[in-house]
Amino acid sequence: MNVFRAILLLLAALLAVFWQAASPWPARWLQARVDLLPALMVYAALATGWPTMALLALVGGLGFDALSANPPGVSTLALLVVGAGIHARRELILRDQPFAQFVLGCLAGALTPLLAVVLLLSMGRAPLLGWVSLWQWLVLTLASGLSAPVTFLVFDWCERALVGRHVSETSFRPDREIRRGRY
Amino acid sequence: MLKRPQYVVGFLAVALALAALSLPESAAARLKLALGSLFLPLFGLVGAAQHAADRASQAVLPRSELIRRNESLRRENEQLRLQAMQAAAIARENERLRQQLGWQQRHSAWNLKLARVILRDPANWWRTVHIDLGRRDGARENLPVLTSDGLVGRIAAVGLMRSQVVLLGDPACRVSAQVLNETRDTGVLGAAGPLDRALVDLDFLPRSAVLQPGQAVVTSGLGGLFPAGIPIGQIVDWRPVESGLYLRARVRLAAHLSALEEVWVLLP
Repeated sequence: MNVFRAILLLLAALLAVFWQAASPWPARWLQARVDLLPALMVYAALATGWPTMALLALVGGLGFDALSANPPGVSTLALLVVGAGIHARRELILRDQPFAQFVLGCLAGALTPLLAVVLLLSMGRAPLLGWVSLWQWLVLTLASGLSAPVTFLVFDWCERALVGRHVSETSFRPDREIRRGRY
Repeated sequence: MLKRPQYVVGFLAVALALAALSLPESAAARLKLALGSLFLPLFGLVGAAQHAADRASQAVLPRSELIRRNESLRRENEQLRLQAMQAAAIARENERLRQQLGWQQRHSAWNLKLARVILRDPANWWRTVHIDLGRRDGARENLPVLTSDGLVGRIAAVGLMRSQVVLLGDPACRVSAQVLNETRDTGVLGAAGPLDRALVDLDFLPRSAVLQPGQAVVTSGLGGLFPAGIPIGQIVDWRPVESGLYLRARVRLAAHLSALEEVWVLLP
């Protein structure tokens, strides 16, 4: 189950990165490219353990940086920090509630690009920032917030559809049956 | 409470990311190209899907529409042939006059190769695209990339089958540019503006430059990367900066960088 979930998450991360880079449409409408990796990281942090989270950050982050002008590793670190923060508090989070998923998605979508930009600035790079960046940040935050509940829905559906469930054992035992008489 | 294996996995991931971050420039570029090859099956899939969609759209296009487009293309072709004849006549005259004056030939014919834009930078803070022209097609680093409207950028990294192009307005793409005014003032085209990404700053123009809105800006040919005379855009406005030491003008780019689909690479 965990392996299946991890493979599904990694495939989704690669597809998400490719779609972000290949599709011109959201950027043409919104003047901003949306990022689906933070929403995937929210799911990984709440539904899986550290190995899957680390793999997702490595594969998704390095894939993102490979198609972008980022130095390799920037997105990985940003995703790991966000994932670790959510994972550390996951027992206190109502992870089944869509509103909680939306808020966490927004939080991850806001923090991931912020951390990446801070890392780039600390490395002496000069990313293209301006007033437009605030709008792009808002779009990234909202898109991530909206895609987090959808991610949960899709992955839960995939698990139900593709992974067999264990038959739950009943508590019935023939030797413990109470045989009643007429009265 | 965190357990030891979790610490180890997290530590390993952070160490790998830090190792990737601390790679030298050339090794990082090679790593990125290698990682980018993970997406090769998806490139093939998208290419096949686009091809199928094109064929399907051609199959359902009405005959009258095809005839109309054919007629429009025929007219445009005739116009272009006339312009090409005129340009050839001017070039011959130019060559004859140069021979009479004993001047060296400055420009050779451009060797252009068409490339398709296959990916755009997924990060919002860079302006790069990937094109389907690589080392096997003759692409090299720093070759100019343009459209029929004007300059687009330069090739920054080359793989076997694709290349990364940094577009005008990206901090990594600086171009020596010339304003087509009486004094032919030159400056350096830098990063895009904070509000409108179609406006790019032209820095280090002399204080005495006589600028007008709408004046054309072309490549100056200085620096050796870009040949002179490629259109870049038009002057929008200008202001003195650095206590009036020089002028900074805003240039509206001629090429629509957000809607690039096909570009030309200027091969040596």
